[in-house]
Amino acid sequence: MKVINRKTIMLAVVILAIYAVVEMMIGQGIIDSYVELNIVLIGINIILAVGLNLVTGFTGQFSLGHAAFMAVGAYVSAIVTAKFGQPFIVAITLSALAASLAGVIIGIPTLRLKGDYLAIATLGFGEIIRIMALNIDYIGGASGFNDIPKMTNWTWVYFMVVASIVVIKNFINSRGGRACISISQDETAAEAMGVNTTKYKILAFVIGAFFAGISGALYANYFYFIKPDSFGYMKSIDILVIVVFGGMGSIAGSVVGAVVLSLISLFLQSIPELRMVIYAVILFMIMVYRPQGLLGKEDFRFKFLKKRVV
Amino acid sequence: MTILKLNNVSITFGGLKAVSNIDMTVEKGQIVGIIGPNGAGKTTLFNLLTGMYAPTSGEILLYKDNPIKLNGLKPYKITGHGIARTFQNIRLFRDMTVLDNVKIGFHSRTKCGFLSSVIRLPSYYDEEKRVREDAEELLKMLNLDNKKHEFAKNLSYGEQRRLEIARALASEPSILLLDEPAAGMNPNETIELTHLITWIRDKFNLTIILIEHDMKLVMGICNKVYVLNYGNLIAGGTPDEVQNDPQVIEAYIGSESA
Repeated sequence: MKVINRKTIMLAVVILAIYAVVEMMIGQGIIDSYVELNIVLIGINIILAVGLNLVTGFTGQFSLGHAAFMAVGAYVSAIVTAKFGQPFIVAITLSALAASLAGVIIGIPTLRLKGDYLAIATLGFGEIIRIMALNIDYIGGASGFNDIPKMTNWTWVYFMVVASIVVIKNFINSRGGRACISISQDETAAEAMGVNTTKYKILAFVIGAFFAGISGALYANYFYFIKPDSFGYMKSIDILVIVVFGGMGSIAGSVVGAVVLSLISLFLQSIPELRMVIYAVILFMIMVYRPQGLLGKEDFRFKFLKKRVV
Repeated sequence: MTILKLNNVSITFGGLKAVSNIDMTVEKGQIVGIIGPNGAGKTTLFNLLTGMYAPTSGEILLYKDNPIKLNGLKPYKITGHGIARTFQNIRLFRDMTVLDNVKIGFHSRTKCGFLSSVIRLPSYYDEEKRVREDAEELLKMLNLDNKKHEFAKNLSYGEQRRLEIARALASEPSILLLDEPAAGMNPNETIELTHLITWIRDKFNLTIILIEHDMKLVMGICNKVYVLNYGNLIAGGTPDEVQNDPQVIEAYIGSESA
C-alpha cells in the first residue's frame, strides 16, 4: 500500500513552505508584532472551531461549553510553565490531557441528553469551570493569573493548527468519523447498524476537548495573563458562531470562518461605535442568505495538488 | 435447525401490554412473515429483537455456536451478533452518499481504531479498500451502483428501500428483519421485491423475518407466518394453515356475529 503518495508529499511541501515564508517575514519585520498577535488569535480560534465542529457539526452534539476546555488547558499550562518552570511541550501535552479528562468527565453524564438539554448541560459545565477558577486562590482567583512566560510563537501556533486539522480530517474520513456523522444523521439507525453511539459521542467530545486544551495553552503562554472571565460562555458562543458561520460539518469552513470573522472584527475596530452593529448585520445576512454557512459541507479536497503531479 | 427462539416474551409500557407472552421459533434459512392489523405489536416485536426495547419478561435466544441471550443487550451489540434490520419509515443517513451509507453498515465487521485512522497506518488503507470494494459489490447486487455518489435523500422511494437492505446486509447478518419492505410500492415493484428477498436469502444464506401487509407477498414467499393481534400471538403456521384459521379471519374481517 502506498502510504506516502505524491499527494501527501506535495501537501507537506506546501505546509512547510507557508510556514517558512511567514517565519521569514516575521524575522524580517515585514509582519510586525500587531499582525503576529492577530495571526496567533486566528490560529487559536481555528483550533477551537475545528474541534467544536467535530462535536457539533459532524457528530451533531450541540455544545455550549467549549471555552471551558480551553480554560482548563490555559490554567494547566500556566501552572506548569509559571509555577513549575517546565518547558512548553510538557505544558501543552498536560493541558491537552487535562482538557480531555474534563471532556470524559463531563461527556459521560451529559451526552445521554439530546439537543437543547445537552446545550444547557454543557453551558452549566462551562460556568462551573469558570466559577471554580474564580474561587481558587492558587491560580489567582478573580484577579487572574499573572506572569505566565511567553512561549507561544508562530511556530507553535502554526503546527498546532496543522495538527488539529490533520487529526480531525483523518478521523472524519475513517470508520470512526463515519460513525460520528451517522450519529448526527440518525442516532437510532446508527445504533441499529452496530455503532456504539455513546462511545463515539464521547470520543468526539474528548478529541474536541483535547484540541481546546491545546488552544488554551497557546493562549495563556502568549498573553502573559489569563482571567476566568476570558473563558465564559460568550467565548463558547464566539466559537460556535465561527463553526456555524463557516459551515457545520466542514473543516475548511471552520478555518475560513475563523479567518473571516477575525478579519471583519479587526477592520471594524476603526469604527468602534458601529462595530458590533455591523458585525451582527453580517452574521444576520450570512444566516439568511446562506444558512448552511459560508462553505456548507464543502471541504478541503486538495484535488489541485493531485492534478499537478499526475 | 432453530436459529431464534422467543420464550414467553412480553413488554409493557405503563399499563399497556404491547406484546404479551409470545412464543416463537424461527428455523434457519426460512422466511418468516409477521402479520396483523395496525397496532398489533409487530414493530414492537422487531424493536425487542433488535434491542431497542428490553422485554419486561421472557427471553430471546439466538442460536449460533452457543445460545446467546439477547434481552438487555444494546442494539449495536445485537447487530454484532448478526441481526440486522430495516425500518418501516425509512431511516437512511440522508445527507451521506449511498456508498457511505453502506460503509456504515460494515461498522461492526471492521475494527480500525482512532490511532490507526489518524496516523494512517497501512491497516487503515487495507481496511478502507476492503470496505469500499465490498460496499460497491453490495450496491451492484442491489442495482444501485450507478447511484453510489448520490446523497441518500435524492434516491427514489424504491431505491431508498433497496439501499436500506444493502446497508443491513453490510453488517453480515445471519438474520435479517424487514419492516414492511413493500410499503408504498406499486405492484410491479412489489413483485421485484419478492424476487429480491428470496434471492438475498439464498445468496447470503440468511434467515429473514418480515412484517408486511401485502398478503400476496407474505403468502407467496413465507415458509411460516405468525399472526399478531392486540399484542397476542393468535396463530402461527404455514401460509395455508394461517389463512384458514378462524381467529385470523376474525381479526382481519370481524366475526359473523359482529
